[in-house]
Amino acid sequence: MKASNISIQNLKLWYGDNEALHGINLEIADKQVTSFIGPSGCGKSTLLRCLNRMNDHISSCSIEGAITIGGKDIYAPEVDVVQLRTHVGMVFQKPNPFPKSIYENIAYAPRIHGIANKGAAMDELVESALRRASLWDEVKDKIHEPGTALSGGQQQRLCIARTIAVKPEVILMDEPCSALDPIASAKIEELIDELKEEFTIIIVTHSMQQAARVSDSTAFFYMGDLIEFGDTEMIFTKPGNQRTEDYITGRFG
Amino acid sequence: MEHTLKRFDEELEELKNLILAMGGMVERAIADAIESMLTQNVELATQTVERDKAINALEVQCDELTRAMLVRRQPAAGDLRLIMAIIKLVTDLERMGDLAAGIAKGMIRAQDNPPRNFSNIEVMGEKVVRQVNRALDAFSRGDIDLAMKVIKKDSGIDEFYKRMYREMITYMMEDPRMISNAIILTNVGKNLERISDHATNIAEMVIYSKLGHDIRHVDHDAAKVILAGDLKNKNKTNSEG
Repeated sequence: MKASNISIQNLKLWYGDNEALHGINLEIADKQVTSFIGPSGCGKSTLLRCLNRMNDHISSCSIEGAITIGGKDIYAPEVDVVQLRTHVGMVFQKPNPFPKSIYENIAYAPRIHGIANKGAAMDELVESALRRASLWDEVKDKIHEPGTALSGGQQQRLCIARTIAVKPEVILMDEPCSALDPIASAKIEELIDELKEEFTIIIVTHSMQQAARVSDSTAFFYMGDLIEFGDTEMIFTKPGNQRTEDYITGRFG
Repeated sequence: MEHTLKRFDEELEELKNLILAMGGMVERAIADAIESMLTQNVELATQTVERDKAINALEVQCDELTRAMLVRRQPAAGDLRLIMAIIKLVTDLERMGDLAAGIAKGMIRAQDNPPRNFSNIEVMGEKVVRQVNRALDAFSRGDIDLAMKVIKKDSGIDEFYKRMYREMITYMMEDPRMISNAIILTNVGKNLERISDHATNIAEMVIYSKLGHDIRHVDHDAAKVILAGDLKNKNKTNSEG
């Protein structure tokens, strides 16, 4: 396993009085794909959202423990959350492009963060992000048309392009293919495979086959606990824990 | 625990039953082939050859079911290992059937000039039938210890065959008229020895299916070392449960 970039230490999380994560310890390797699996309500999406502090938006949510990314505590008081999210990007279940042109979808964040401004530098950045998201060839002739006019799978790749345009280190994906047909899903999976050369990717998925296909490591969660974490091939052929076995073989409750 | 999908459980049960039915037919074929040789019973030998077709048909039926299950259920973990094991051991069973039929065919061919001294074949036959029986029991019960016993006993059968082979050579050297008889008996021994090898393959697949360890192509003692850790954990969980 490669060196760990993200370290989660004894992380507990409450929604009001309800403890949703019971002390998670997890080291996530750099430039690999890690998948989080588990039944609904197991805490996998909650944990994913801790990694770029999306849970900050929920007022009843409180956490204990620590998450460090690249050695830095992301919950330290001096951390600028907006800045954090440029390092830890996120792609959601439902493709959510801005109601703007394809070009503007990509250009918006780099402009705000001062990564590029306009003109040739920005054009280059937009093209490069779209190319890396395997979308360029499909949209290069209509780059000023609305992003929302694209197909679902293209919209999702546009969202991925938008995420990588600000050059994050980590990309979080929360069920990125659940709204897509198998071909669009396969394109996203192919893209994930290419992107892991440059980024650390964490994907939450309900599709066990998808977890088996795309990820190097798999973490199985159940009722707010991390039950098992390991090499994906091992998890799917010879899991160490009976609950993991029951879940991935479809023997759950 | 049962699968949420009941049909999956039914299919797994059906598959195991097919294997056991096939195993039962193979056991019988081996025993009958040896018996036909010992008693020079042409009718039994003919039946044994004829029944091999049914074993072959079961192999095809098992393959059809496993293929459908791979497509439909996309099995993982223990289910995947069991189905992998079955895909492999079905081939072993089919080969064992062929080897038994081979013994019966040898009997039919040599009926006009049968070999006389069958003591080696009788002893080896009993050993091999027991090996096959143990391998199938190990599969049916998921019994690791029994599977390990099959693997351990196989070397004894190899030894027995080597001794028998040397003995046959001495007969052939003493009296050239013994050559054809000795060759027939040596072939029977070779078939039995190979049947035991296939039983060993089945035992290895039982261990793979239950524990996830591939112990093919290592000797019995090395396999024991590989399994030692797992068996300790397993006993611990059993005593806790």
